[in-house]
Amino acid sequence: MSIDTKTAARVAKLARIKVDEADLPALAQEFTNILGFIEQLNEVNVDGIEPMTSVTPQRLFRREDVVNDGNQQKAVLHNAPDAREGFFTVPMVVE
Amino acid sequence: MSELMKLKLAEARDALRAGQITSVELTDASLKAIDASKPLNAFVHDTSEIARAQAVAADERLLAGDAPNMCGLPIGIKDLFCTNGVPTQAASAILGGFKPQYESTVTEKLFNDGAVMVGKLNMDEFAMGSSNETSVYGDAINPWKVDSRDLTPGGSSGGSAAAVAAETCLAATGTDTGGSIRQPAAFTGITGIKPTYGRCSRWGIVAFASSLDQAGPIAKDVRDAAIMLEAMAGFDPKDSTSVNLPVPNFEAALTGDIRGKTIGIPKEYRVDGMPDELETLWANGTSMLRDAGAIIKDISLPHTKYALPAYYVIAPAEASSNLARYDGVRFGLRAKLDAGDGITEMYEKTRADGFGAEVKRRIMVGTYVLSAGFYDAYYNRARRVRALIKRDFEQVFSDGVDAILTPSTPSSAFGLGEMAAVDPVKMYLFDVFTVTVNLAGLPGISVPAGLDSKGLPLGLQLIGRPWEESELLNTAFALEKSLNFNAKPTQWWL
Repeated sequence: MSIDTKTAARVAKLARIKVDEADLPALAQEFTNILGFIEQLNEVNVDGIEPMTSVTPQRLFRREDVVNDGNQQKAVLHNAPDAREGFFTVPMVVE
Repeated sequence: MSELMKLKLAEARDALRAGQITSVELTDASLKAIDASKPLNAFVHDTSEIARAQAVAADERLLAGDAPNMCGLPIGIKDLFCTNGVPTQAASAILGGFKPQYESTVTEKLFNDGAVMVGKLNMDEFAMGSSNETSVYGDAINPWKVDSRDLTPGGSSGGSAAAVAAETCLAATGTDTGGSIRQPAAFTGITGIKPTYGRCSRWGIVAFASSLDQAGPIAKDVRDAAIMLEAMAGFDPKDSTSVNLPVPNFEAALTGDIRGKTIGIPKEYRVDGMPDELETLWANGTSMLRDAGAIIKDISLPHTKYALPAYYVIAPAEASSNLARYDGVRFGLRAKLDAGDGITEMYEKTRADGFGAEVKRRIMVGTYVLSAGFYDAYYNRARRVRALIKRDFEQVFSDGVDAILTPSTPSSAFGLGEMAAVDPVKMYLFDVFTVTVNLAGLPGISVPAGLDSKGLPLGLQLIGRPWEESELLNTAFALEKSLNFNAKPTQWWL
């Protein structure tokens, strides 16, 4: 499958990665190459095979539904690029 | 360089316990060797202060007679492991300045056992790469050098492999999503094991592809790998995929007796363009195991050729989801915004500035294969093929095969920059022998097998049954004894 620049731009948007207009053709070409490589998978007969969710045949580990951590506001905010008054801050989202 | 750094982990442990050396001396020797190894660019964050304090504490424990195996031993930690208060960047600009306020389970276990962290190690950005060339810190350099070129130590645990091969620390942590422990170990002439998926806790390890990622040791030999793996492994309620099984004494399993064991030789691993010398080493390894009393059996793993394409759907898909957390809000980088920029521009600019080219490529491929209309055709198909790859292994194990012998990599280390111009898919091919093991969740170990005609190390890989690392390590131990590889790189960087 060949990926066009419009699709490349859409994928970049979905991934929330800014890509300059000028870089889209090269990106589209890279996608085309990688997807071409992936397309070998179409040769495999997968009829009746369930998609694998886990390599280990076990139910995910469960724990008691209780509070077992907390009161760590300082640690949680420690690495924030912009934290004020106990909150993460972001550019204005609503007027 | 100090003679102390030539010691193996096991020898250093024994010397510490016998009171012949102290952890402070050993740590000092390691820190000096690290200082002198700057040209290798293996270490990227200095933790010498922590190391000295840990060494003093370790010496007290040793004196008190309360000393676990790892007590007082200087090791390096891959930059992917969160270390409390110590920069942890996964070799990415997007985690610039990030200092975790918690400790990964694996490093916590090692430190509880008294291990000494002598520094954080270079790697490919978010462990995405096979050459350590995608790192924000620049390339790590292979201590092996045969001409004027600088060679790759492999990746993604390139710094870990370079540091151990250069004897600047006694062992190092690595992680392996598609071969990132075994390939660098092979490229640098040392040993690395990826345990069964679920054996080591992933908690606090920066996530790449959660269904594939496993931590493991990179060490000088099989015994050292066994000792360190035991210290790293174990059930952890904080990782829901961690498995609640007892951790065996791996070192005690090393008897070297493999009589009556069946070793499978998969015909699909004989790939086009494989160098003759690799073919020869593989055949030699096979005869050595036979001479040690193992039964050799030709086997078939028919879906092998689909492992890489399946991996390059599944790993990017999981990465695109895992790396969505790097949004410029909670940690790491936030891009400079222009007047009027809203939250979407903040995300897009932060991620454009913070991620390198390979990481962006994989996030976007992952986004594409998970997007509406393609999810079934790509992602679900890849997961079905993954089930078939796992079934191939289950089949040969149920036919009585105990372990599988393959080459670790299709060639020896290549020159840094030599792959830059080629299609990214070519670079992906370096993981052709290792990636199947991650898809099937199996344990795999690479041991150094010999030197090629250029004088560079090549490795052989053994793949074991799930949860039978003891048996796998013992088979590797027997192979190591026969191979008797003891070449070391010349210390050109001193």
